[in-house]
Order: sequence, then structure tokens, then C-alpha cells
Amino acid sequence: MTIDIKTAARIAKLARIKVDEVDLSALAQEFTNILGFIEQLNEVDVEGIEPMTSVTPQRLFRRDDVVNDGNQQAAVLANAPDAREGFFAVPVVVE
Amino acid sequence: MSDLMKLTLAGARDALRSGQTTAVELTEASLTAVAASKPLNVFVHNTSEIALAQASAADLRLKVGGAPDMCGLPIGIKDLFCTKGVATQAASAILKGFKPQYESTVSQKLFDAGAIMVGKLNMDEFAMGSSNETSIYGNAVNPWKVDGRELTPGGSSGGSAAAVAAETCFAATGTDTGGSIRQPAAFTGITGIKPTYGRCSRWGIVAFASSLDQAGPITKDVRDAAIMLEAMCGFDAKDSTSMNLPVPNFEAALTGDIRGKTIGIPKEYRVDGMPNELETLWSEGAAMLRDAGAIVKDISLPHTKYALPAYYVIAPAEASSNLARYDGVRFGHRAKLEAGDGITEMYEKTRAEGFGAEVQRRVMVGTYVLSAGFYDAYYNRARRVRALIKKDFDDVFAAGIDAILTPSTPSAAFGLGEMADADPVQMYLFDVFTVTVNLAGLPGISVPAGLDPKGLPLGLQLIGQPWEEGDLLNTAFALEKALGFNAKPNQWWL
Repeated sequence: MTIDIKTAARIAKLARIKVDEVDLSALAQEFTNILGFIEQLNEVDVEGIEPMTSVTPQRLFRRDDVVNDGNQQAAVLANAPDAREGFFAVPVVVE
Repeated sequence: MSDLMKLTLAGARDALRSGQTTAVELTEASLTAVAASKPLNVFVHNTSEIALAQASAADLRLKVGGAPDMCGLPIGIKDLFCTKGVATQAASAILKGFKPQYESTVSQKLFDAGAIMVGKLNMDEFAMGSSNETSIYGNAVNPWKVDGRELTPGGSSGGSAAAVAAETCFAATGTDTGGSIRQPAAFTGITGIKPTYGRCSRWGIVAFASSLDQAGPITKDVRDAAIMLEAMCGFDAKDSTSMNLPVPNFEAALTGDIRGKTIGIPKEYRVDGMPNELETLWSEGAAMLRDAGAIVKDISLPHTKYALPAYYVIAPAEASSNLARYDGVRFGHRAKLEAGDGITEMYEKTRAEGFGAEVQRRVMVGTYVLSAGFYDAYYNRARRVRALIKKDFDDVFAAGIDAILTPSTPSAAFGLGEMADADPVQMYLFDVFTVTVNLAGLPGISVPAGLDPKGLPLGLQLIGQPWEEGDLLNTAFALEKALGFNAKPNQWWL
């Protein structure tokens, strides 16, 4: 599979990473190389094999659906780049 | 440097109990060694005040008696572990200034056991790398040096391995997603164990690939690994993949008696271009285990070849999801915005500025293999292959194999910068012997085995059955004894 510049730009967009136009061609080439490496997997017969979800046979355990923590507004906001009046502040999302 | 730093973790523990030294004395010796290790660039956040306070508390506890084994012992903590109130950056610009409001379960367990944190350690950014060259702090340097070149300590736990090999602290925490404990341990001539997936809580460890990540100790020898691993393990309700099993006394398992154990030698690990000295060491290791009374058998793990490509689908896929949280809203870096920039520009600029090249590459590869239309072809196929890789191991264990002996890495440490122009895939190949173990969730340990013709350390890896770390450590202990490796680097950085 060859990744073209348009696809590389689409991947960057989906990943929410800004990539300059001039860097797209090198990026596309890197993706092509990595995917070429990955495509060895097509040699394997996986007929009837379930995709693995967990290496341990246990089911994820669940806790009771109750509040067990909270009242930590200051701690939650302590590392925010922009926190105001008890909220995370972001650029305008809805006009 | 103080002779105290030459002690092993076990030696320092015993010296504390016999009254030959104190936790404060050990900590001061360690902090002096840490300060002198600047040329290695292994310690990236100073925690000396915390260390001295922990040391005084440890001395009080030791005086009372009944203190846990780790009490009073100075260790380093990889920058991937969240440490309350102490900078935790995962070696990334995107977490610049981040000070967690909580402590990771593993570091908390170590502190509860009385261990002392002498600093946070360098690593590859978000643990993505095999050479510690993707760190925002710059390269960590291997204490081993045989010519003019500075060498990589390996990665991603490069700072942890270099710090222990340079005897700046008695042990360090590491994490291992594809070999990040075992490969740097091998490159620096020391010991590192990745336990079974689910043994150590992942809570509070910055996530890379959640189905593969496990914490473990990096230590001077196998006994130290047993002592520290025991303190790190245990069920944690805050990690839904944590296993609710009792933690055995791993040190007590170190009898050195491996008579009747069956060791497998997988033919698929004999790869093209493997240096002769590595093949020789591997055969010698097998012969030593046989001499110690084990039965050595050739085995086959037929899907080995596909482990790396499967890993480079699964790990980036999980990383792309885990790293979605770095958006400039809740913590870490936020890009400066221009007039008219909305929230999408904020995400895109923040992530472009905050993530290094390798992290961006993996996030985007992960995004691609999970995207509509490719999910089945890449991600689901890789997960099917992963199931087959695990089945390879299940089959040999069911056939009576107790442990598997392999080389830890395909070569000794390479020079920093030497891979700079190589294709990223070339770097990925350094994980060829370690990555299968993560995919199958098994415990694996690297022990130093010998020196290559240039005088650089090489490691051998033992892979054990799930939850059988005690048995694995004991086999490693027997191998370590037979190998008798005791070379140490010249302290050129002092």
C-alpha cells in the first residue's frame, strides 16, 4: 500500500496534529515504509482465529456503580493551562 | 565515589539492618553520585529534598524494627510514573510543567515499603523508542564506553538502566511495552524483569499501549530484582486489568536449584545477521542450565516473525487512543493561538508542538490502522496474529517447557546518533526478541551474560510461564551464578 500526500494529510487531520504542507511528502513515505513492514501480516492464515482482547483469561472486573470519589475541583484544575471560575477554558466552540 | 554505592540492593538492605550504615548515609551517597552523573544525563528531575525526608523517616522505621526489605533504599523513578507534586513529563514537551495531584500505585507501594526516591529518570518520549533518543531532555548516555563514541543505554527505560549501571542509585523502576526494561538492562550490563501482564498496577503510569504496558524493576542482579519486584506487585482495584492473586515471596524462591526444569530454545530466534558472539553466549547459557540439572530442548514458536509487525499495529493503535487526552485543555502544554483560531486549531497546534517526531508518527500510524475501512485489514488482523503468537507459547508450556532461553537483543549497544538517518523500521528491529513476551503477556527477564569483542555487555533473556515469576527468577538466578558476569563500566563521567 502506498500512502499518497492526500491520505497523509487526512491521517494528520484525523489525529489532530498540524503537519506543514512541505512535510507531507516525507510523512507519506514514512507511512508507506511502516505499512509495508506491517503488511507481512497478510502472509498469516488467521481463518477462524478470534482477535485477542486480553492476554489474561479474566473478564475485566467491575465495581459497584456508586460515587466513590469527588470534591476535588482544585486538584482536577491544578494543571490546566487555562482554568477560570472552576472550569477549563477553551476557545469558543459554539457561536 | 562512596563504596556504599557498590552495594547491591540486598547488600544495602543487610547493611542497614546490621547497623553498618543508615538510610540517610545511603541517600547522601546516592545524591552525591547522582550529582556527579550529569554527563550521563540520566536524572531529569531533582527530588533530593523528598529523598532526605524519606531517609530520615526510614531510619526511624528501621530503628523500631520489622521494616520491609525496601526500607531505606535509594532508588530512581522513571519519568513515566506519576509522582505527587513532582514533575512528571514522560520525557515529552506536551507535559511540560505537569505536576500530578496523585501518586502512581507502584511508586506508592515502593514508598509505603520505605524506598527513597533520589530523582526522576530520563526515558524515550512516552516510552516510544529503543535508544532514549526521543526524549525532550536529550539523550541519556550509556555508562559503558569503549572508544570515543557515546553509546545509547537502550530504551525506553534508558535513564533507569544507565542510572543503575552507573551505581548512582541501587535500583530503578522501569516500564516495558515491547522490551523497554529488558533491552536497556542488556545494553548496560544489568538485570531487568517485566512481570506477567496484570502483576503490577498500571494506575498512575502514563499510558502508552495499555494491553502491553507493565512496570518492573531494573537492578544490579537477580536477587535485587526479586526483592524490588515483590514490593511493586499486587492487586489494585484502580486498574481493571490488575490480577487479584497473592504476591509470593520472590526472594525465597531463589534456591538456585533448577534440577528437572525444562528449558526451551526457540529456533526462530536464530535470526540473520546475529553476531557470532551472541550465538556463542546463547549456546553457553543453554549448556550452563543443562549443567545445573535442567533439561534443554529445542522448541518452535512459529509465529515469532510476525510479532514485530503485529506490535507495530497494536501499540500505535492503543497509543493513538491513549494520547488523545493531550489536547491542551486539562493539563500540559497549550499552543499560543492566533486570532480566529478555534478549538480544532488549538488541538492541532498543541499536538504538533508538544509531540516529538516518533510520537507523532506512531499516533498517526495508530490513527490510520483504526480508521474506517482499515480497521479489519490492519488492527483486527494484528489482534488475530497476536492470538496465534500467544498460542505458540501456550503450546510449548503445555508440552512441559518451564522457561525459554533467548538472547535479549540482536546486538550490543550502538552509538548515539548512529540510527538517526535509518528508516524507523530499522530501530524497531532491536525489539525483535522482547516484543513477543509483551504480546503474550508473559514474564521475561534479562540477565547480563558477557561482553562482546569490543567489551560491551550482552544479555540473555529467560521467558517464563504466566504468574510464575518466582520460578523464572530462580532459573535466572541459577543462570546468573553460572555466567558469573561481574564486569562494570569505567567511571569515565566522574
